[in-house]
Amino acid sequence: MAKVERPLSPHLGVYRFQITMTMSILHRITGVGLGLGTLLMAWWLIALAMGPGPFDLVQDVVSGWFGRLVLLGFTASLVFHFFNGIRHLAWDVGLGFALPTMRASGWTVAALTVIVTALIWIAGYSMRGI
Amino acid sequence: MSLRSPIARARGLGSAKEGTGHWWHQRVSAVALLALVVWFVVSLLMLTGADWATASGWLSNKVNAGLMLLLIVFLFYHLKLGLQVVIEDYVHGEAMKIVSLLLMSGACLAVGLACALAVLDVAFGG
Ligand code: HEM
Repeated sequence: MAKVERPLSPHLGVYRFQITMTMSILHRITGVGLGLGTLLMAWWLIALAMGPGPFDLVQDVVSGWFGRLVLLGFTASLVFHFFNGIRHLAWDVGLGFALPTMRASGWTVAALTVIVTALIWIAGYSMRGI
Repeated sequence: MSLRSPIARARGLGSAKEGTGHWWHQRVSAVALLALVVWFVVSLLMLTGADWATASGWLSNKVNAGLMLLLIVFLFYHLKLGLQVVIEDYVHGEAMKIVSLLLMSGACLAVGLACALAVLDVAFGG
């Protein structure tokens, strides 16, 4: 059979940085990351059902420095996926397809992720009174 | 002349075999999650550093338990649909793909069910 010259996928390595492609892959990475995060949610809920002992253990692990780092990661992932999800939903109804708009909304999501993640943690720390 | 049988065209399911169902369900679950996730994050903030009595008191409230169950249903459904796309993109070979999809769906179902049972236990258990 003759060799067929099929079209190739673009080689991502030769592309310069673009906000659009970064947002796109981050949506997938945060989605999968949050999926793993459901295990933590499950542990928390099951411990809550089991009683004070198991529950305190979760609270101890989560409030240690490593636990906080993980929680910070989940917060940022969720906030990013939330705002970028709205961006996806807007495209689905036909809004915001022009390239300049797409870049602007991408940067907006990036900025909102940083700001809202910070606000949530500030709120969390002030709840604790620390 | 189309080579597709009239019934296939009437069903309009295309090469994905399920039409736009998957896509649509992912959007519906995403919209539901928008509201539920805000509620969940605010609730967790209120529970920052809470002891067991406070936290289980919160989840014993029937409204909170109901919203938590809704969140669990939409979240694990959205996750299953999302991970399905990821697997279909990266896992090649029909056998591996089917095995991965089955394991992933089973895991989502199992973890989701465990979460739901825990909520029901706190809300309605002795
Ligand atoms: C907070 C509300 C959320 C919204 C608005 C949202 C929105 C979306 C949307 C619109 C998509 C489709 C993206 C596309 O077309 O490629 C998507 C994909 C996905 N979401 Fe969410 N989502 C939310 C929460 C979550 C949560 C909590 C999880 C995990 C537990 C999650 C996991 C995923 C995964 C794994 C995908 C597939 C990613 C991909 O195909 O690249 N999402 N989400």
